[in-house]
Amino acid sequence: MKPGSEVVLRLDAITKRFGKLVANDAISLSLRKGEVVALLGENGAGKTTLMNILFGQYTADSGSVEVFGQTLPPGNSRAALDAGVGMVHQHFTLADNLTVLENITLGVQSLFGWRVNKAETSLKIRRLSDDFRLKVDPDARVGSLSVGERQRVEILKALYRDVKILILDEPTAVLTPQEADDLFATLRIAIANGLSIIFISHKLHEVMAISDRVVVLRHGRRVAEVDVADTDKTALSGLMMGVEAKAPDIAVARPGKTLLSLQNISTPNIKNVPGLCDVSLDLKAGQIIGLAGVSGNGQAALADVVGGMRMPSQGVLVLGGEPLAQWSPRKAVQSGIARIPEDRHKTGTIADFDLTENTILEGYNSTPFSRAGWMNWSKARRFATDIIDKYDVRCPGPDTRIRLLSGGNMQKLILGRVLEADPQIVLANQPVRGLDIGAVNYVHSQLLAARDRGAAVLLISEDLDEIMGLSDVIHVIAGGRLSPGFARGSMTPAQLGIWMAGQGFDSADLDGEVAHAS
Amino acid sequence: MEILDILISASFWAAAIRIATPLILATMGELICERAGVLNLGIEGIMVAGAFAGWMAVYSGTGLWVGVAVAMVVGMGFGLLHSLLTVPFGLSQHVVGLGVTLLATSSTYYAYRLALPQVTSPPKIAAFQPYEIPILSDIPLLGQALFSQTPFTYLAFALVAATSIMLYRTPLGLAVRAAGESPAAVAAQGLSVTAIRMGAVIVGSGFMAMGGAFLTMSAFDSFFFEMVNGRGWICIALVVFGSWKPGKALLGAVLFAAFDALQIRVQQTSLGADIPYQIFLMAPYILSIVALVLVSRRAEVPAALMVPFNKGER
Repeated sequence: MKPGSEVVLRLDAITKRFGKLVANDAISLSLRKGEVVALLGENGAGKTTLMNILFGQYTADSGSVEVFGQTLPPGNSRAALDAGVGMVHQHFTLADNLTVLENITLGVQSLFGWRVNKAETSLKIRRLSDDFRLKVDPDARVGSLSVGERQRVEILKALYRDVKILILDEPTAVLTPQEADDLFATLRIAIANGLSIIFISHKLHEVMAISDRVVVLRHGRRVAEVDVADTDKTALSGLMMGVEAKAPDIAVARPGKTLLSLQNISTPNIKNVPGLCDVSLDLKAGQIIGLAGVSGNGQAALADVVGGMRMPSQGVLVLGGEPLAQWSPRKAVQSGIARIPEDRHKTGTIADFDLTENTILEGYNSTPFSRAGWMNWSKARRFATDIIDKYDVRCPGPDTRIRLLSGGNMQKLILGRVLEADPQIVLANQPVRGLDIGAVNYVHSQLLAARDRGAAVLLISEDLDEIMGLSDVIHVIAGGRLSPGFARGSMTPAQLGIWMAGQGFDSADLDGEVAHAS
Repeated sequence: MEILDILISASFWAAAIRIATPLILATMGELICERAGVLNLGIEGIMVAGAFAGWMAVYSGTGLWVGVAVAMVVGMGFGLLHSLLTVPFGLSQHVVGLGVTLLATSSTYYAYRLALPQVTSPPKIAAFQPYEIPILSDIPLLGQALFSQTPFTYLAFALVAATSIMLYRTPLGLAVRAAGESPAAVAAQGLSVTAIRMGAVIVGSGFMAMGGAFLTMSAFDSFFFEMVNGRGWICIALVVFGSWKPGKALLGAVLFAAFDALQIRVQQTSLGADIPYQIFLMAPYILSIVALVLVSRRAEVPAALMVPFNKGER
């Protein structure tokens, strides 16, 4: 778009290895004034690593970074900031115990100066907030802010330092569509003010909407560079994946007998998060039940009850026709309930364990992985190797610590661990959150395959498209209450939206419609 | 009734403040370390080293304040060792801390034997004397309790104020608090987490050593083995009790000291004749545990406490 403008940033043949993994293989990149370059690639393609090198958080094994003609010293964030480079990390770098103002001014002044001039700072932050439409209260504690607000703070941090180059790492991954639109409005103001932007994403429509030029990375290599004007989504998707992405075909479900039945289940509220309120639900063999709803409406409680993490305060759980007197995670695992946890980092894996250990987190105390109290590591290792091959987990090997894997590969490993046990019931809680298209399609096809093998699948997601695309029956959860089941295709997103807002439960008008729909 | 009499006597509160002083100093030191994200279990040993170093300096002829400075520098030395191992090398803070305590304690005893090979009872020095602050010390009860102490105690209170101002009113304090909460945020703003954490541990260790020095240079006038006697561990608890805030930690130290002063006095009342004295010795610790349980539920732990930060690792 701006061929004549000066080049503000030049990356030259950056190479970075993590152990055996080559994250960046001689990648070069340039950025002109007022330009938006999108860095497109699947998870694990090396986008974030490259930007962390530019921002001085990692040190490249070879290659150089040049900003406004000056070579930056490697591994020095301060030098990058001083040269006018700011970065908004995907995992925010904010201290929760500090206020917005404190987070923004951290490190801006000399450490050994006297007290922060609060009034002046506050004024500058408010001016920037107005100019760039980044509404946030400078005196609020960051710990109390929503995700969208935190991101605004991250952007303000950079703007406060008058950066000329802004790097945004997957900025929309945590935003609602409305917030994403606001972000784009802000970025357009920034460009008009002469900033240059590097925008990391794997969402094609965003890349098409905001950027001038696209650099595509795949497996740590730069595979293409195209002007947005000369390309389209299909072409970009092909470049990013290496092959064309294809959504799975869905066969008609053949529901069998009820495997797990929740009957009038209630759980207490925990702090502000509602528990369940008289919820009844049958999980049937060969059927995917989708649970739609806005986050924090009782999904966690339902997942905990099914997964054995929580005992309901009222109601009965019936497993295979038998009412359960006791219910625990171990009992759930032994009963053939497989869980894909909502947060793969926190509850799905142990970051510093290797892949072998992580694959047997649920099965470690049963044959074949242990016998009479002794571990059988060779069996465990073979199991992990099989999963790595079968589920295409890209990693140096089963002895890699799992923290070194990208989100998509981590999720594939969890999926393998869950499905290889040939479970009766699959509890999939946000199974594709933060994954790229290739991984999303893969996870979905595996869930469908599990269904077709006769498993009952409970899919919990905040993504209505995912719910509507995959589920045979859709329930909406709102305020801990569960809507009746709606058959595939019987409801429009707008109709479900009314239930998600909690308005369908009491209205007599809607009841008529529901009866018709189900 | 007797207990009530004790509680309204000025000498009781004066004793409480005196007993609290070493705790206040060392607690501030530990608080600074922990606010930056490093648990310093070297505190017990560093207090022993400080107690010896300050006293020895004065015994060999320096002035009292020079003695305090010597204690502080020795403490900072152990702080440097601790922070080198825990911050850039990222070793276990528990192991390093206990190691520093053992090293500091035993090397102190070794130094004592080297310096004074022949003595059976340790020599005395001319310790800090109480200084009555004009006018303020005339206030009933409060005057005697707070303003008739030694200058070392006044220094301790001044350091609490200084710590509080540093933490909440300066860019440095902001960086220290951020380092204990989110080192990634500190690094992303172009600051060195390593430098901030090492600095906090070194300065904090200096404060701990001053707490030890108070024992030999103000509370008593001589150095004995075992004289620190677990005070360092109490300070670790006091930091939690104070929710990592200097003012509340000061309050906790005074409260604990008051219990301690109280139990000594109650032992001498009619109550003390009936109850075994061990019960009284236990009382301050039991009350501390109870207070900790009640208070620390709402405490906000620095989120990155004991989490090493390695730049460039993912």
